[in-house]
Amino acid sequence: MQKSKLQFKIQNLTELTLIETIQALKEKQFSEEELNKAYLDRISTLNPELNIFLEVKKNTRGIPAAIKDIIVTKGIRTTAGSKILSNFIPPYNATVIDRLLEHGISVIGKTNCDEFAMGSSGENSAYGPTKNPWDPTKVPGGTSSGSAASVAGDMCVFSLGTDTGGSIRQPASFCGVVGLKPSYGRVSRYGTIAMASSFDQIGPITKCVDDARMVLEWTSGGDSYDANCQKEKEKFTLQPSRLQVGLKGLKVGVPKEYFGKGLDKGVEKIIKEAILKLEELGAEVVEITLPHTEYGVAAYYILVPSEISSNYARFDGIRFGHARDQFGSEPKRRIMLGIFALSSGFYDDYFAKAAKVRTLIKQDFERVFEKVDVIVGPVSPTVAWNLGEKIDDPLKMYLSDAYTIPASLAGIPGLSIPCGFADNLPVGLQILGKHMNDELVLNVGEIYEQATDWHLKKPDLRFKI
Amino acid sequence: MNTYEPVMGLEVHVELNTKSKMFCRCSADYFGKGPNTHTCPVCLGLPGSLPFINKEAINKCIQIGLALNCEVSEKSLFERKNYFYPDLPKGYQISQYRWPLCINGKITLENRKVIRINRVHQEEDTGKLTHQGGETLIDFNRSGVPLVEIVTEPDFREVKEIRDYAKKLQQLLRYLGVSNADMEKGDMRLEANVSVRQVQSSKFKVQNELPKYRIELKNINSFRFMVAAVEYEIKRQIKALEKGEKLAQETRGWDEDKKCTYLQRSKEEAHDYRYFPEPDLPELIIDSQNIKKTRDSLPELPWDKSKRYESELEIKKADAQILTDPKELADFFEAVLEHGKKHGVGVKEIANYLINKRVDINSVLPTQIIEDIKGKKVGVIGDKEELEKIAKEVIDENPNLVIVYREGKTTVIMVLVGAVMKKTLGKADAAKVREILVELLNDPGV
Repeated sequence: MQKSKLQFKIQNLTELTLIETIQALKEKQFSEEELNKAYLDRISTLNPELNIFLEVKKNTRGIPAAIKDIIVTKGIRTTAGSKILSNFIPPYNATVIDRLLEHGISVIGKTNCDEFAMGSSGENSAYGPTKNPWDPTKVPGGTSSGSAASVAGDMCVFSLGTDTGGSIRQPASFCGVVGLKPSYGRVSRYGTIAMASSFDQIGPITKCVDDARMVLEWTSGGDSYDANCQKEKEKFTLQPSRLQVGLKGLKVGVPKEYFGKGLDKGVEKIIKEAILKLEELGAEVVEITLPHTEYGVAAYYILVPSEISSNYARFDGIRFGHARDQFGSEPKRRIMLGIFALSSGFYDDYFAKAAKVRTLIKQDFERVFEKVDVIVGPVSPTVAWNLGEKIDDPLKMYLSDAYTIPASLAGIPGLSIPCGFADNLPVGLQILGKHMNDELVLNVGEIYEQATDWHLKKPDLRFKI
Repeated sequence: MNTYEPVMGLEVHVELNTKSKMFCRCSADYFGKGPNTHTCPVCLGLPGSLPFINKEAINKCIQIGLALNCEVSEKSLFERKNYFYPDLPKGYQISQYRWPLCINGKITLENRKVIRINRVHQEEDTGKLTHQGGETLIDFNRSGVPLVEIVTEPDFREVKEIRDYAKKLQQLLRYLGVSNADMEKGDMRLEANVSVRQVQSSKFKVQNELPKYRIELKNINSFRFMVAAVEYEIKRQIKALEKGEKLAQETRGWDEDKKCTYLQRSKEEAHDYRYFPEPDLPELIIDSQNIKKTRDSLPELPWDKSKRYESELEIKKADAQILTDPKELADFFEAVLEHGKKHGVGVKEIANYLINKRVDINSVLPTQIIEDIKGKKVGVIGDKEELEKIAKEVIDENPNLVIVYREGKTTVIMVLVGAVMKKTLGKADAAKVREILVELLNDPGV
């Protein structure tokens, strides 16, 4: 059965999921060379318009994946979307890259992102904004903008992004694809240019949930180069017996704080329909409360800039890259904020207090997860906005991450899956789980996905082709 | 005329002799190696790299802490000390601040005074700058080498106490085998905090109030210069106080040409290091079992050994101290004692012989000391040709050792010397045998 479905789709082999691609290659329905050529053709047609790739590798072998340009790739220029690193060619591979290479994946290109992963729209890249494949006048979300857009535009089989406060989930939501931020400590951060070390996670952006599960299996597990990702038991392995009986017995929590002021009516309607769908599939839906949610953004914008102010001291232009005057305005703003928050006399009022809020938010989740199995809600209060709309208002930009930031503070897994459209733009459903229970989050997402066809919708890119 | 006394504390940095660096896999043995040959993305601070804790270093830090009677924290934390300097590739040093690994220790000086140890914590070294003409070169071989910082309370009142402390610490580090503690090579670096206070005339006044300021003497590379700087500083400060000047916190260096200290940084210019917990590393958890295991495996410490020599072997204190420094001499002495027992040679004779003759323990075997003491010089083989013959035999019988020797590991020669001595039934002069062997081994024809 599987085969006939595949053969039917082979016309557009760039639409195949990762798992379908592996299958088709195994069946020799096309060669790796043909596969790469198909994707490269699409990139050369679409990239000039969408500005998704900063670097393209003309491979003939491997299954092509797009990699966010903040993940270092040996011998391939890695800029992190910054002018500072415009000439930086890393002498080593990130752990996740080595792990993908072991599984026959090749790097088809490095994707555009907000400078050093700071932003929410992709517009902070020093190399110009990426455009949303669903509507090139809209932002694709950020900061893994190119990674999400490349999957949405079928310009790679899957991509890797990084998520510090929502940078995988939000662009996945805006671009109508699947994006997973794994639990903190599940995937090695070695070789990912740090934004905020205690938040950053690398995760897959894919065409379906099953693909995300596979990429997580490949990339996760203890690494003796990341001290916060050591435990081999935290390697994620595919469970052969997945939930196949719908969502019976599953308790889904809906936090009332995620449906307040600021949530777009159109988005709210779609999310509520998705929750109804989960109920239809057998889940028991309960309203929950995460009382410290409102302090999430404030705590985040103390802790993250603090770590940034220290992490970015190495960009002094002495050993690599250009001098610090090349930093864009968002990194400069965060470095200054962080230095202030850590300064003697201010530390207790800012950093230490924000760290306490972080603990409270973690406890909010722990308390709720005693009662429910997963939490669902919107990824973002709105759909993709117009290019340029928020770029001059950093605070507005920060607030757009209010629903993704709490999970980042708590280090728990979060998945964004397509669940409909508002104003003709994709909306993502966020599914959050307990720390290190990425498996359940993926299972719930997959059951929802199988019962709907939102993930099969493709943007109409004929405007260019 | 008022009388003053100095109030001084010491911070000592010790480079550990671990195989690899503190947070990466590069070799920590960088001395004399080509610049930037012991580096990797981690110790160069390249984007994306992360630290990973070297357990061997932590273990050595704990050994130092335990030997200094510290409490070892079961839970401690690395923090980032942020400052800009070209030799600091990440723009911060991974160090410990609020939660150090070892705290509240003490050490007893020769004058029986107890110096309190505030902390023994783990951190990493920086790279090294060389100024050449108008250029500055950076060598990152030293970047990330494990460094232990040992901080005392301000308990020193005399310069000679500082000297004694430094010497004791150096000896301890060598006994533990955790560092070469070679000051010339920078394995052990001293910084002093110096202030002076008026000695209260009345016996009833509480005297332990610390001065309101302290002067830090930093970046002084030799022990001799440090002592000179401290001595100068005490005089300078007394003079200033006598004139009614107010002293404030500052950092000073030592000008060896002018023989005086000079201002490096005033309080206003002091760094704000913006310490915060290192987010790349988990808490450092040491379980009590491990602490106990480390404590049990500590070697006999130099002062304990010296005391034992006094009490058990009835050796004079001064002699006991000579015999326990360095540790190699103590080991040699104890080996000779063993042989002495078999041949009825007493402790005193052996101790006197070793001390008075200043025996070079690297070229003599313990058995030979006994022979020498017993005057068994009868039948000593003095004939060079005969010794050469025996030496050649030994060389032929030990081809592997010869290879090892010629590869540069010249210490194996002692094994060959031993073999010759055995063949001659100890009737040869070991130093002479050694000479002959060296000659033969350096002759490629043999």
